[in-house]
Amino acid sequence: MDTRVTKKKLGLKERYAAMTRGLAWDTTYQPMDKVFPFDRYEGIKIHDWEKWEDPFRLTMDAYWKYQGEKERKLYAVIEAFAQNNGQLGVADARYINALKIFIQAVTPLEYMAHRGFAHVGRHFTGAGARVAAQMQSVDELRHFQTETHAISHYNKYFNGMHNASHWYDRVWYLAVPKSFFEDAMSGGPFEFLTAVSFSFEYVLTNLLFVPFMSGAAHNGDMSTVTFGFSAQSDESRHMTLGIECIKFMLEQDPANVPIVQRWIDKWFWRGYRLLTIVAMMQDYMLPKRVMSWKEAWEMYAEENGGALFKDLARYGIRLPKGWEIACEGKDHISHQAWNAFYNFAAAAPFHTWVPTDEELNWLSEKYPDSFDQYYRPRLEFYRERQQAGHRYYSKTLPMLCTTCQIPMFFTEPGDPTKICYRETTHGGDKYHFCSDGCKHIFEQEPEKYVQSWLPVHQIYQGHCFKPGVDPTQPGFDPLAAVLDWYDLNVGRDNFDFEGSEDQRNFATWRGDAPQAGSAKKGGAA
Amino acid sequence: MNIDLQARQIKPLRQTFNRVAAYTGDKPASRYLEATLGVQPTANFHYRPTWEPEFEVYDTRRTAVKMADWYALRDPRQYYYATWTMARARQQESMEASYQFVESRGLIGKMSDAVRANACEMLMPLRHVAWGANMNNCTVCARGYGTAFTAPAMLHAMDQLGVAQHLTRLGLALDEPGVLEAGRNDWLQNPHWQPLRELVENTLVIQDPFEVFVAQNLALDGLLYPLIYGQYVDEHLAIQGGTAVAMLTAFMPEWHDESARWIDAVVKVAAAESGDNRGLISNWYATHVARAQAALVPVAKLALGDAGAEALCAVRETLDARARKAGLTL
Ligand SMILES: [Fe+2]
Ligand SMILES: [Fe+2]
Repeated sequence: MDTRVTKKKLGLKERYAAMTRGLAWDTTYQPMDKVFPFDRYEGIKIHDWEKWEDPFRLTMDAYWKYQGEKERKLYAVIEAFAQNNGQLGVADARYINALKIFIQAVTPLEYMAHRGFAHVGRHFTGAGARVAAQMQSVDELRHFQTETHAISHYNKYFNGMHNASHWYDRVWYLAVPKSFFEDAMSGGPFEFLTAVSFSFEYVLTNLLFVPFMSGAAHNGDMSTVTFGFSAQSDESRHMTLGIECIKFMLEQDPANVPIVQRWIDKWFWRGYRLLTIVAMMQDYMLPKRVMSWKEAWEMYAEENGGALFKDLARYGIRLPKGWEIACEGKDHISHQAWNAFYNFAAAAPFHTWVPTDEELNWLSEKYPDSFDQYYRPRLEFYRERQQAGHRYYSKTLPMLCTTCQIPMFFTEPGDPTKICYRETTHGGDKYHFCSDGCKHIFEQEPEKYVQSWLPVHQIYQGHCFKPGVDPTQPGFDPLAAVLDWYDLNVGRDNFDFEGSEDQRNFATWRGDAPQAGSAKKGGAA
Repeated sequence: MNIDLQARQIKPLRQTFNRVAAYTGDKPASRYLEATLGVQPTANFHYRPTWEPEFEVYDTRRTAVKMADWYALRDPRQYYYATWTMARARQQESMEASYQFVESRGLIGKMSDAVRANACEMLMPLRHVAWGANMNNCTVCARGYGTAFTAPAMLHAMDQLGVAQHLTRLGLALDEPGVLEAGRNDWLQNPHWQPLRELVENTLVIQDPFEVFVAQNLALDGLLYPLIYGQYVDEHLAIQGGTAVAMLTAFMPEWHDESARWIDAVVKVAAAESGDNRGLISNWYATHVARAQAALVPVAKLALGDAGAEALCAVRETLDARARKAGLTL
């Protein structure tokens, strides 16, 4: 043995510091301001980066070992799933539409997160924060890829997934997640972490994770369940980064508190609006229900979030603006969103439908204060029309909220029968909003939001047709021209689930008897 | 549900995603291709970055290199996260075996104090060089265009962090923890290291991600790794009884050779794209390799004494040949 066994050993914390922040130095041949130009203009004051607490201690050797093992197991499941035609084991082909939303709207955000964390992983002056952000950057690349690889097999057998990346840059409803993440990425590094790591990952992540992953488990989708659970240990690291960053900013300087509060207000509302899509998926697209959106909101937002903000009160942080309105919305937003997507089902690359009676009963039971009164009669009317051969597809274009880019279908606080409209004037132009929250966000940074690529405006301005298309031609069908520009397979990717190719194929592959009473496809488009 | 689903013939509607089929046609695609091709958003961005309003979030104009298709810059290793992390985990296993071997045979104790001290003096400042390389590859990932180019850069950044951590662990195995501080002081003050530190700091402020890629991955590391891990560790130290050090740094030359395949492939395809690209990249290479060589003169001397200058020239010649093979004009 080594004779110098009496060598001094570093404690875990010191050892990790030597492996990370100990590698950094203050540059002198180039000014630090030039090497790290981006982390001061937001106004966050950091006096001592040494006070940054590493949210986790994972050196690359351990990281490779754990992650490599997780990947080995995950890909074995994905492989077996494909070999055994696992897609036929899902409860009902309607479930596949939840996966379509996932790969269209969520998977691209993993990629955005990967690039965003690469940027802040380079640009925080504090080396400890850089390392944590870099690790998240590769984790997010992992999530993008494992989701892609898991869904790849579904893509071979079902519509609505094959062109997800192209749609992400173009399709109207995907401007909601896209603008959300570009908003975060176009902010400075501290706002990015507040937006993504704290507001989204720490405060709201369960509201995303539970519906999709438990939804997958309940609906027989073992492939999605496996990647979801495989991502969970990554997520817990990401959440600790989020809370550490918030506490660090708040502890460094009292002048940071109002800035952080403004970001929390903004990103809570942005995140809440984005989750409308998840709420709808959870209440309407999972044939085997897990829990209602309302229940999830009560458990993960009202209880857990409430406790978190109680804890942050000692720093002078209060509940985000709009919290009460968001809580009131739990009775409504999933139903209002499904209604919108049901009507615009010609223009989105997934299927919608009217729930079965049993499902309507479940919704009545879960939403005793709203469903029977406001939403059930409407759905029953749609079903009646559809069964009479008149499935309705809206061909008009909705007004969008300038901030969240969701069509204006949310109702007034306190009055679920009245659509909520807000507007403001900036630079001589009028801008429209779905809520006080979105209006307020715009007014804080109008120069940012006037840049919004609003799909409906873009269509009206003629930017969403293929080259050579002439909108002045008699009989011009703008929706058809837009769907062509989307590169959407009309009749296969869109319309009602009833009568869809997915429905037919799934029944044939499973050897199920043809379903009685399938309605004919009717209506416009 | 135990009906013979597996046996039933079920015909797929398609084989892969459109973004992949655009390159390969509709046929079964590798996981690398599905993880890579056409992934990055390209159009209809909403807001300009507040930190750089002259560019879009993703913008080809951040580099002077022009590509008709940035997805031409493929990684010959076909790495995606899973294959990368599993490959590194395997390499880590063999590093652990080396540590066990070295410890069980007491090989570090058998090194002379002088050799041990020399190894620390040479290798500890390199922790910081690897850290600079980590930052620069983050830059390539964040500022570059197209997943084919940017995703391997992030893996490379993490590899460089791994290298810095391997060196740290080595220092802690060879000596007291104070050895890290000593290496840091040399890095910050010792005249032998100042030209290299100046060079590294200068690369940290290059804005063009492709230039960063050439300056860091081809020019600097292309000289540094063969010089240090080839000439110094494997030759010089080994002869003096420092084989243990060679065993405990075995990851670095192995990784350098592996990742050089990616670096050369990127350079080769980008240079072959146009005369302008070839000229630009060749110039970057010429500029940065000359600076790197100059900065490494005192390092080579510290490592190899009078033989250092010659060793450095030999390494440069080999790297020039590599660059020529990748299509650069020197
Ligand atoms: Fe993720
Ligand atoms: Fe809004």
